[in-house]
Amino acid sequence: VAGPSIPLAERSLLFVTGKGGVGKTSIAAGLAQMLAAEGRSVLACEVDAKGDLAAAFEVEAPGFKPAAIAEHLWLMSMDTEASLREYLRLNLKIPVVGRIGPLAKAFDFVATAAPGVKEILTVGKLCYEVRERHYDTVVVDASATGHIIGQLAAPQAINDLVKVGLIRSQTDWMLDILSDPQRCGLVIVTTPEEMPVAETVELRHAVATETTVDLVAVVVNRVLPERFSPRGEAVFARLISKEGSDGLRSIAGDEIGAVLASASLATTLRRSRTQHLATLRAGLDPTTPVLLVPYLFQRADGLRATHQLAEHLAEELDR
Amino acid sequence: VSGSTGSLAQLLGSREIVIACGPGGVGKTTTAAAAAAMAASRLGGDVLVLTVDPARRLADALGLKGIGNDVTPVDPSIFEAAGVHPVGTLSAAMLDTKQSWDALIEAHAPNAETRDRILTNPLYKNITERFVQSHDYIAMERLYELHSSGRWDLIVVDTPPTRNALDFLDAPSRLADFFSSRLLRWLIAPSRSTLLGMASRPFTQVADRILGTQFLADITEFFMSLQSMYDGFVERSESVSRLLADERTSFIVVSSSETVPLREAEFFATELARRNLDVGAVILNKVLPETLSDPAVATASRRLAERSEAETQALATRIGVEAAMLDRVLDTVVKSFDDYAVVARREEASRERFAVGEATLVTVPQLDRDVHDLDGLLELGGHLMGG
Repeated sequence: VAGPSIPLAERSLLFVTGKGGVGKTSIAAGLAQMLAAEGRSVLACEVDAKGDLAAAFEVEAPGFKPAAIAEHLWLMSMDTEASLREYLRLNLKIPVVGRIGPLAKAFDFVATAAPGVKEILTVGKLCYEVRERHYDTVVVDASATGHIIGQLAAPQAINDLVKVGLIRSQTDWMLDILSDPQRCGLVIVTTPEEMPVAETVELRHAVATETTVDLVAVVVNRVLPERFSPRGEAVFARLISKEGSDGLRSIAGDEIGAVLASASLATTLRRSRTQHLATLRAGLDPTTPVLLVPYLFQRADGLRATHQLAEHLAEELDR
Repeated sequence: VSGSTGSLAQLLGSREIVIACGPGGVGKTTTAAAAAAMAASRLGGDVLVLTVDPARRLADALGLKGIGNDVTPVDPSIFEAAGVHPVGTLSAAMLDTKQSWDALIEAHAPNAETRDRILTNPLYKNITERFVQSHDYIAMERLYELHSSGRWDLIVVDTPPTRNALDFLDAPSRLADFFSSRLLRWLIAPSRSTLLGMASRPFTQVADRILGTQFLADITEFFMSLQSMYDGFVERSESVSRLLADERTSFIVVSSSETVPLREAEFFATELARRNLDVGAVILNKVLPETLSDPAVATASRRLAERSEAETQALATRIGVEAAMLDRVLDTVVKSFDDYAVVARREEASRERFAVGEATLVTVPQLDRDVHDLDGLLELGGHLMGG
């Protein structure tokens, strides 16, 4: 393992994971956008080819071959069969390009059954892009929390199960990259809610014990704004009393009750999330940076949201 | 949005299996538990909720301790404490993938020797965790087993989070395909026939160079053992598929009103219908209050935003607070309303675009606290039934 860790934005391989529904893909897109805006050349790769990463940039879903979508920014979708084909072409010099169809199908079959093979084709391709320095940063919209360990630990799994062969001989340099906190980092995305926080804390321990990858940051997405100071809250309590409501009605009419109710809801939602945030902090290593990204009321998804997330991330990272 | 006039109570009262599915993070697990709790308390019968990964506090509330496949009756006194006299009973079970696979191998292995060879194979754990969407398959397999026991009037299932939301539907047939595939036969019997041997040669050569002969041999041996259970597996997976398509089974699609989950939910509902599976209800959780998009309320908010200094001062005096502080609080109240009004309008538009088809549409309001006890489940359940 190489020297001391360096800041997130200076690493060349970032895996972004999170529980389903927390905005993992949005944050991966935001990070890629932030780095590209700084002038770094960035490859953003979607591992579960659902097209959500492309949707975050409002572009056509790319294939395995990276597509330039903006200045300094390339997008690709992982495809293990294409990765295998590239690997065979680069390493085995097997002239299989023309007739790999049935072969790839057969391989796909074994790879599905054999532990770690599909994962190594994924991680291998990403590490390869880093090793060859094709980009300054590779941002990976990686598997969700349930599958990320299998992905990141694939080189070790292969080392344990496969004793010889080409795949085995390739794991060492991949492990070098994955284990190097100067090059590689894992970002866990969560929201200040019960299950995402619980999964984040669990995952943090699993990452430490089952992989060699450094947890470089936890991003808390959709943080609700603090509405009232404690003194403000006391005033708000007076407002929703009968006297306060009567007074407000004389200013703004009968419907003002619903306006107050929405402020009440906002306050309660914020309060319950604050507790989960505290649970999260208590469950993390105190040295792990926790980046808070606000809930976007105006635009929840798409290019506009991606740009806003990039700005918020840059602010949190002091960039 | 259209939707039928049926209700969720009707669905829960008439079906034997209700499967909750949908994108992650929308409250699927809680919704399944709430539907089961309501069915048990109001509709009667012996109700089981089969859940995959409940929040710790919810699992505690249901009396589910640790992991494991045991079915745990929910203590009726918990209902009584919540002020409810249940007509039926509620039980809960979690899904332990490893334990379920072991049970399946034990049930189908032709003899003890094969069983042990599989259970002790070093690849077994890895493979059961990964291959052919093993989680998804085993969830449906376990559902089949529980249903076949004849112990339950209604089973409500919470589906596992999957990479592809539909994996669990395909899992049984994929497993059958897997066992009956020519590839598997080539792999495990390369020398049995010259013709097959020749056909598999390029594959074996490449696989050898990539994976190494020993690893390939390990895999082969493992699948040879599994092959002996072929008939049992295929028959079982066909039964599971039939059960999912049976008229006693219905699916409920759970989502929030945010664009991305809703898009996924719509895809899901369409796919279920395309497979001739019954989509009984669509449940939209975390729906913001309608008042947020009510023009009259927006006018009141504007009026408050445009209040005069004198009005603020008068109100401050009336309720006995400092005017400057009140001024800030009122600004925050307006800002807070404006923020959520934007979200409410956007989500309302998404819901309007969302095509429900024949399914019952149920909207559940955004609750102001997490659901982690029976009280909460019953509150949520009340909203479900009211829809």
